[in-house]
Amino acid sequence: MSAVIELRSVSRVFDSTPPVHALRAVDLTIQAGEHLAIVGPSGSGKTTLLNVLGLLDRPTSGTYLLDGIDAGTLTDAQRAGLRAARIGFVFQAFHLIAHRSALENVMFGGLYQGVNRLERRRRAIDALARVGLSHRAGFRPDRLSGGERQRVAVARALAVEPSILLCDEPTGNLDSVTTASMLELFDGLVADGLTVCVITHDLGVAERAARRVRIVDGELSEAAPVVETVP
Amino acid sequence: MSTPICTPPSRFRLVDAFDEMLAGVFARPTRSMLTTLGTVLGLASLIVTLGLSRTAGSQIIDQFDELRASQVVVTARSSGGQQGSGRLPWEVETRLDRLNGVVASGAIADVANPGPVRTVALVDPSGDYEHVVPVLAASPGLLDALRGRIAAGRWFDQGHIDRADRVAVIGVNLAQELGIRRLDVQPGLFVGDTFFSVIGIADEAVRDRGLLGSVVITSAAAAEVFAVTRPERVVIEVELGAGDVIAAQAPVALAPSAPETLAVAAPSLPQGARDRVAGDVNSLFLLLGLVSLVVGAIGIANVTLVTVIERTSEIGLRRALGARRRHIATQFLGESAAIGLVGGILGASVGVIIVVIVSAVKGWTPVLDTWMPLLAPPAGALVGLLAGAYPAVRAARMEPVDALRGRD
Repeated sequence: MSAVIELRSVSRVFDSTPPVHALRAVDLTIQAGEHLAIVGPSGSGKTTLLNVLGLLDRPTSGTYLLDGIDAGTLTDAQRAGLRAARIGFVFQAFHLIAHRSALENVMFGGLYQGVNRLERRRRAIDALARVGLSHRAGFRPDRLSGGERQRVAVARALAVEPSILLCDEPTGNLDSVTTASMLELFDGLVADGLTVCVITHDLGVAERAARRVRIVDGELSEAAPVVETVP
Repeated sequence: MSTPICTPPSRFRLVDAFDEMLAGVFARPTRSMLTTLGTVLGLASLIVTLGLSRTAGSQIIDQFDELRASQVVVTARSSGGQQGSGRLPWEVETRLDRLNGVVASGAIADVANPGPVRTVALVDPSGDYEHVVPVLAASPGLLDALRGRIAAGRWFDQGHIDRADRVAVIGVNLAQELGIRRLDVQPGLFVGDTFFSVIGIADEAVRDRGLLGSVVITSAAAAEVFAVTRPERVVIEVELGAGDVIAAQAPVALAPSAPETLAVAAPSLPQGARDRVAGDVNSLFLLLGLVSLVVGAIGIANVTLVTVIERTSEIGLRRALGARRRHIATQFLGESAAIGLVGGILGASVGVIIVVIVSAVKGWTPVLDTWMPLLAPPAGALVGLLAGAYPAVRAARMEPVDALRGRD
């Protein structure tokens, strides 16, 4: 297996008084096909880590390799290109666009890769089928349930055909039943060979991941026993 | 996995940008339409103002106004028997035709008591062959100055004047009355006791149709036979707009030593007054149009700013999906420009319709420069572009991390 993501002593310091050390010399390698959960309490640096991994934020120091490409040496435009082509985001708040149908929302995946409309449509139809929502393609988000909305968001991330799916509290707005079906969906995607990284503070969600890392006060520790991390 | 050699920047295809722009505009159709209102009103009032002033300006050039506006008449001022009453010369063409703006000029006088006009020298007791008709003395330029036309034969020239030839041109109505149909038989007529050869028949005299029922003889013959020494009036055809200038110059040219003794009937200028009134109204409406355009721009800026703030999380999402700042700016600029463009199209249409309706009500011919309605849509788009600049910059400056959390 090759590494999709490689962090080498990555730090992120926010310039405030006093400076906030959100990440302290984090080392993390995610192999292709892995299902990883990053857990930690609020304010532990989880979101900062996700932003760095998602190329939404630059680390203050350290090296970040995505698919072997050193993201630190890239221009903003190239980082945007990398983000467009290789990272699929799933957010807690779904971030679907209200006045577009499910299919149109999924078609946003690949929009900024310069993929033409027909190809994006084809990909979107496939992605909706993968999350089991083909029958809802023409529905607007306000007519979908919470679980269906998150599935549409996952389909949008899949339509990117990403190297890694980065999920930020994907079940944070869902009830337990929907959460369970969401986790089954992730299991299925991992089984298909997709690399999935889930950031969560939910015990059940973390347990489903094959590998867990814990972040506390910006420091990452491998294979922390999940039970003890939950307050 | 092989390491890619280059990492291409993200792209936003033009056709996709166009799609996104349309989707953005039509996401809230009512709001978009209301946003265009300012631009519509502004551009419509600009077009109505310019179009109506153009239309009204063109109406002055109808036939009646045109005839009056192109005519200057000089007469001798009668000073009630006092010394120094005005004297007009006969040879007006040489004095006036050199003036810039004069098209043609000629002098004319009525011959007083010329006696009956007959075609035969008989004294007919029954009077059947006698006609009392006006007899006019004229200078060679008169025919052109009256916009006259000769149907048959010719008008007289300076040679006839110099020789004081007894020749006459008669109007077509009189020719019918006298039974003169052909000139090749060298017809003639008696005015009083003097014989004149008829050398031409005039069938048109736009400025003085009385000529068509008259006998016109040369000024020189009139002087010799009827002792007509002075023309009564000088008719000058001027170029449009030259009336005022010629009216000032003509008396000096005709009577250099005593120009004040001549009276000038210049084109009365209701046109000038109309233009002044129209000018005031015009600038007011132009100002109003510009003000509503500015208000329209502020409206677009406002709504776009609200839209940007409403769509903060969408902006964050787009950034996460690989959009660069310029892609975000392009999208919002495109949306505001599209709203401005639609406003321009609607404004041009409304403006043209109003010009046509007002023209129809007033019985005018609508006149509109083609470029005006064609320029309105790009002008509207430009207004939208300018108005969208600040909101677009605001949108582009948002940090994706913050935007995804709904903070701008």
